[in-house]
Amino acid sequence: MAKKELQMKVTIELRTSPHLRKTHSVEKIMRNVVYALLPLCAFAVYQFGISTLALLLTVLASCLLTEALFARLGGREVSINDYSAAITGILLALTLPPGFPLWMGAVAGFVAIGLGKSLFGGLGYNLFNPALVGRAFVQAAFPVAITTWTPPFAAGRFVEFIPTTLTLPFTIPADIAAWSQQVAVDAFSGATPLALYKFEGVTTPATDLLTGSIAGSSGETSVLLILLCGAYLAARRMMDWRIPAGIIGSAAATSGLLYLIDPGSYPPPLFMLFSGGLMLGAVFMASDMVGSPVTPLGVWIYAILIGVVTIVIRNFGGLTEGVMYAILLGNAMAPLIEAATQPRAYGHLRRRARS
Amino acid sequence: MGLLQRLTRASFSHGIHPADHKAETRDKAIRRLPFAPRLVVPLAQHIGKPAVPLVHVGQEVLRGELIAHADGFLSVPVHAPATGVVEAIELRPTARGDKGMAIVIRVYQGDSQMIAGGVPQNLTAMTPEALIAAVQQAGLAGLGGGTFPTHAKLKIPEGFAIDTLLANGCECEPYLTTDHRVMLEQTDDLLRGVRIAMRACGAPRAIIGIEDNKLDALAKVKAAIRPGEPIEAQAVKTKYPQGAEKILLKSLLGREVPSGGQIFQTGACMLNVGTLAAIGKLLPRGEGLIERVITVAGPGVKQPGNYRVPLGTPVGFILEQLGFNGSAAEVILGGPMMGQAVASLEVPVTKGTSGLLVMNEAYLNQPQRKSHPCIKCGECVNACPMHLNPKELGLLAAKGEYEKMAELFHLNDCFECGCCSFVCPSAIPLVQQFRVAKAANRGRAA
Repeated sequence: MAKKELQMKVTIELRTSPHLRKTHSVEKIMRNVVYALLPLCAFAVYQFGISTLALLLTVLASCLLTEALFARLGGREVSINDYSAAITGILLALTLPPGFPLWMGAVAGFVAIGLGKSLFGGLGYNLFNPALVGRAFVQAAFPVAITTWTPPFAAGRFVEFIPTTLTLPFTIPADIAAWSQQVAVDAFSGATPLALYKFEGVTTPATDLLTGSIAGSSGETSVLLILLCGAYLAARRMMDWRIPAGIIGSAAATSGLLYLIDPGSYPPPLFMLFSGGLMLGAVFMASDMVGSPVTPLGVWIYAILIGVVTIVIRNFGGLTEGVMYAILLGNAMAPLIEAATQPRAYGHLRRRARS
Repeated sequence: MGLLQRLTRASFSHGIHPADHKAETRDKAIRRLPFAPRLVVPLAQHIGKPAVPLVHVGQEVLRGELIAHADGFLSVPVHAPATGVVEAIELRPTARGDKGMAIVIRVYQGDSQMIAGGVPQNLTAMTPEALIAAVQQAGLAGLGGGTFPTHAKLKIPEGFAIDTLLANGCECEPYLTTDHRVMLEQTDDLLRGVRIAMRACGAPRAIIGIEDNKLDALAKVKAAIRPGEPIEAQAVKTKYPQGAEKILLKSLLGREVPSGGQIFQTGACMLNVGTLAAIGKLLPRGEGLIERVITVAGPGVKQPGNYRVPLGTPVGFILEQLGFNGSAAEVILGGPMMGQAVASLEVPVTKGTSGLLVMNEAYLNQPQRKSHPCIKCGECVNACPMHLNPKELGLLAAKGEYEKMAELFHLNDCFECGCCSFVCPSAIPLVQQFRVAKAANRGRAA
């Protein structure tokens, strides 16, 4: 009965709706984050020389190899080409001191990816920011090496390594205080601005902080560049601008409030904002998608929490640097924050708290 | 169009902006397609009980003649789209993939195809109940794609009253320009239909919502409104899914349909402009619905445009008439965001078909995106027009926790618009997962 009246031959393909998709992808987002980090790497190498370059490459290689290893071990497809391990490697290297021994950098990379990401199941399943997991590990494991700073713009930084960089694996690096004084351009005290403030009461001028003529880890010292690179990502809608805005705002508000209460005991807000890893953490680490909440209100609570905790740790804690632990705390609280801030769905009167 | 006007245009929050692909067909006037040799007229082109055939195999039918009557209140009758002979009443493929009973008519080629059976009506003398009955007798269902029996929409249950009739002229799906052309070319029918519908449902005023990518239609509709009439034409922001009933209600009146409820509970009644134009055209003449305008578009069709086709025309016939580019295609009935891909070219155009998209190799050969795990970017949460949490729903669906999705995360409020799947950078098939979850929950409840 159903005669073949249709003369043309068409092969029909079946798919389900929606039949249109936006063209962006995980790879594209990650790749653009890497592009945004490259200027920071370039500036770090310019400031501190080939040691930083060697550290960057070592940590990067360690992260990529670790991800490939664990993927192979777990029977999963090796997915280093989604650039997420590369981002972890670069960010981790940027939080380490420029003269950090290479073997310790490799350990940091291994722990960051292995413990912070692969053991949870890989991309999307990790609870904490992997770079910060690695940094927290080496902070506890190598407390002296991680607080050994070298002067920026040292003469000869492009031809010779910082002595601690090439420390033999599994050995402790030698003391380089004398070497640092020797190669420094200006008088170099070996302490970061935050340490200078906490332990000696010295406030570093904001201009020095902005242009990077201070001691610190490779990525901490270029606030302007961090803001520019972050703005690029936010403009391309690849980063949630609310997180850095919330962190910077709440950190400024908290430190401003403390400064108003007692200017003698507390540092000025601008100093707090531009020193240490706050900018790098706010723009690149806290905004890591996997560790941050997705609900509109939850994002703000998370950001404000991180800003406040950072200032509290810096002012009242024993550490000079608080943003790392603040972000890790924020990551840990993200699921709870999300559960408490589910959006009000259309047609319902109240949002319901969910577990 | 002033900047201030553009900034303050009525709209809803979230949603997406897909490329609209309407340039190809928006300026093409409606043209009539010839009759196919055979028309396959399904008995169930609407939500509700299928119509019951009145004819038998071998019977000659005239174009416009009633060939199946409604089965109860939530049902609409079916009229013959062409003069011919009933060749069969049997199961035939439908767009959804299953088979449904259909009346197959072999069309008399060369016949004048005059419409028979139309008795002119004096609408001004008719009561609202009589108007509603006339709408049912005309075989009208939601032509925007929802296919809800129109008379059932206009019959407001006891205890509720309608203060505004809303006409949906948004057509937010990319590629589709059917409603746009109907608003331009059948403006008088549309306004007449709005006035009839206002009387039928008792609404004292009406608002016609038109997306701001159709300003020529907006101007034409505004010009056709008589001074002093309680009818208003309003521009709304072009965004997907502006044309969804729940969403347009929010944009135009700021009201929300309660979860699990119906729109009449908010005091509004919404009809598609195509349906209203059909009311305006058919009711005065006492005729039934036998044809409709569809947009035929996509890279696979040689002559894209807007065509008036008889109901029951097989998709394959339309492709033959308009020319097919290539050798493989995904053939979609409806729009690209919520439309259905057909498994057979014998599937016919029905009352709810607003578009026919032929997506050939140009579309099919795009690299298939690999699914990554959810990276919790939150784009889906920012896109969902119902303010759900597709991220949580997707994560639960991957674990098979379908009940939790419904109980805790409002799965049943999802109307599968596709915004979440559209934006997901990990290419997670969210809408598919939600469909599976809903089916599993229905199966468990049954």
